[in-house]
Amino acid sequence: MSKDIRIKKGLDIKLIGEAEQTTTDISVGGVYVIKPENFHGIIPKVLAKVGAEVKAGETLFYSKSDARILFPSPVSGKIVEVIRGERRKVLEIRIAADASQQFADFGKKEASKMSSEEVKTHLLSSGCWPFVKQRPYDVVANPNQAPKSIFVSGYNSAPLAADLDYALKGKEAEIQEAITALGKLTDGKVHVSISKDSTLSPFNGVKGAELHGLVGPHPIGNVSTQIANLDPINKGEVIWVVTAQDLVVIGELLLTGKFNAKRTVALTGSQFAKPKYITAYPGATISTLVKGNLNTDNFRIISGNVLSGTQVSLEGALGYYDNQITAIPEGDDYELFGWNKPVFDKVSTTRAFTFSWMTPKKKYDLNTNTNGEHRAFVVTGSYEQVFPLDIYPMQLLKACMYKDLDEMEALGAYEIAPEDFALTEFVCVSKQPHQKIIREGLDLMREELG
Amino acid sequence: MGLKQNLHNLKEKYKGTKMAPAFNAIHTFLYLPNETTHGGTHIKAADDLKRTMNIVIMALVPCLIFGMFNAGFQHNIAVNGNFTSGMSFFSGQFWNLENFFIGAVKILPLVLVSYGVGLLVEFIFAVIKGHEIEEGYLVTGMLVPLIVPVDIPLWMLSVAVIFGVVIGKEVFGGTGMNILNPALTIRAFLFFAYPTWISGDKVWVEGAVARDQAIVAGEKLDAISGETMLGALAQGKEVVYSIWDMFYGFIPGSVGETSTLLIILGALFLVFTKIGSWRIMLSGVLGALAMGLIFNAIADAGIIGESSKFYALMNTPFWHHLIIGGFAFGVVFMATDPVTASQTNKGKWIYGFLIGFLSILIRVFNPAYPEGVMLAILLMNVFAPTIDHYVVQGNVKKRLKRLKAKLT
Repeated sequence: MSKDIRIKKGLDIKLIGEAEQTTTDISVGGVYVIKPENFHGIIPKVLAKVGAEVKAGETLFYSKSDARILFPSPVSGKIVEVIRGERRKVLEIRIAADASQQFADFGKKEASKMSSEEVKTHLLSSGCWPFVKQRPYDVVANPNQAPKSIFVSGYNSAPLAADLDYALKGKEAEIQEAITALGKLTDGKVHVSISKDSTLSPFNGVKGAELHGLVGPHPIGNVSTQIANLDPINKGEVIWVVTAQDLVVIGELLLTGKFNAKRTVALTGSQFAKPKYITAYPGATISTLVKGNLNTDNFRIISGNVLSGTQVSLEGALGYYDNQITAIPEGDDYELFGWNKPVFDKVSTTRAFTFSWMTPKKKYDLNTNTNGEHRAFVVTGSYEQVFPLDIYPMQLLKACMYKDLDEMEALGAYEIAPEDFALTEFVCVSKQPHQKIIREGLDLMREELG
Repeated sequence: MGLKQNLHNLKEKYKGTKMAPAFNAIHTFLYLPNETTHGGTHIKAADDLKRTMNIVIMALVPCLIFGMFNAGFQHNIAVNGNFTSGMSFFSGQFWNLENFFIGAVKILPLVLVSYGVGLLVEFIFAVIKGHEIEEGYLVTGMLVPLIVPVDIPLWMLSVAVIFGVVIGKEVFGGTGMNILNPALTIRAFLFFAYPTWISGDKVWVEGAVARDQAIVAGEKLDAISGETMLGALAQGKEVVYSIWDMFYGFIPGSVGETSTLLIILGALFLVFTKIGSWRIMLSGVLGALAMGLIFNAIADAGIIGESSKFYALMNTPFWHHLIIGGFAFGVVFMATDPVTASQTNKGKWIYGFLIGFLSILIRVFNPAYPEGVMLAILLMNVFAPTIDHYVVQGNVKKRLKRLKAKLT
């Protein structure tokens, strides 16, 4: 049966503003913004014409490298604008949504009776393929490669992350159907991981997948941590990854024939008057989702979590893969003797007159201040304390910085995603941008090694 | 907030100019900057490099203060010849203002010159290269006065500091890029350039050199002297100090390295705050004990006779090595410098152990200059990247093995 995954290295950053378990339905309407940059590494070829009407699930653009990978509109409505930047790079496609949704019909399917090829074609043609991401490189999966296994993390361990047991409640049928479909795509196993002490998980009792219990601090919920423990990636191997909430979309597509990207999103963080859950479509304008719910003017809104999410403005949009919006205070102020006075209101893994080790249960209201200036790497050994993979994090970061492909490969770059370096970036005394360094390193590898 | 706003305006004014790094260096000492995160994690832990360095400096302060009292104390006992072994650590004979003033007058200038010259060099380099001033010298500047003899002339110290900062650090690209520990580079420069000022029986006691010069000039005075423990042992002389004297630090030596007790307190503080590497400290001690035991065994087995010049140090009970000379200070404060030490946790064990091992080896076999810890650390600084290389290769090989197992 299943194997539990236990880690000790890591860090749970406890923040104020956990979402209360009530869900408000946000009506559709308004402008939706789809950003091709949400799909890392994809060069879009736009099909959408300004002024045209689209149904939910109809293609807006496709990937230049593989025309079968379609990117659909999450809502039905009228395309109002295609915004391009330098060298005509597509930045945004804006859609004015209909008040009542029209869905493109892709036909009901029964996953258990489909062949591997049928499943793949169906996911591609219905625009569900972008939900399938791959390791190495953490990009949309290449449909021409066969994955050795498929991973779904049913547990979010990031700070304030949406509780999937709550957000996906009642979606057992969709999840089961999608898991069955994913099982067709690989000769190996489908691995699903949930928190060890979760009794309410919609994944409990799922068939056709191996269910694993997770014990330990963040990043236990990151798929890389789970992959490393169950089926580590070697050179030349590919693993596919689907997030739990996207699994539901795939399941619903199979069961009803509709592409319904609606998801339960957690509004979290200290700057929300009432942190709670809402339902929304990806691409929804942030201002419509957070209206009347913000405490102050001095906030930062993040689509995603505080560690690897994207900064968005009120006019910005909910990211395509995100099921969380976080609002924390902006930290753009000076602090007198901030570098040497005892610190009680910030999190630290050291005890250098920082006292968060004394109050492990306390919830903090952290802001976006860097708490120091950017420096060369000096301190050693601190990353290892929050990094559970069998990889030397600083050495890999440096290999990425000096662009040594052989060394990156040898040190395990195939096994990681930028999000795995979020905690090391958080604790970094030298305030180095770890996730950016890793992203650029992976992009270089992908370009050079394919 | 008048000051905060005014400084902010000034910062904006200097932005992009040559003087920006110099201004920011001072500004950031007063205020944690208003920088916010962009891309990457939106929140950051509370620690920065300034805080980290500050912790090390705080761990050194007791050694500095003790050094001031001890300088006066050594002066007085050399002049009056009234040393009584076995004082309590809190003895008024040691902790009195007279001692303190003699020491402070001598040692504060060392601190000021070390920081003044070193930071000046850093400022010049930062302005020329247009990067921010990094905090590395904050610790170096504190270490330097603690590891030199009290009577070292200030001009000599200045020359050494300039050499150490420029050649030891800046030519490699500044803090974080250097191969050798800058403080030890400074001390090594002093040692090889001006050997008479950093060994022998004069320089360790405040006023001894000046007194000698006065005698040469014809004044009728008694010469005073004080020899370090190691110097005495290396020459096979009788040591008048008890174990407790040595442990408490009532002995001649470099300014801050004599009190093993306070060094242990500093070490505990560094380990508790998670700033210093306990792996390096512990393995360093183990290495020293191992080498000490080997030498004791050689001496006991009669392989080396009492007539040998190595006999006295070799026959010193192995654990004495931990409390005499600069070993404890070196292992706690110098070997643990994260930039020049091994960077992998496994590597730190090997690196520390070899430092301890080699320190005692050099100590015993180099009677002319029996303090081995400086050379041992500098040597291991050079080898630290090699140690790391093999540790990391272990990880790489594991990965290749996994791949091979898969393929077959």
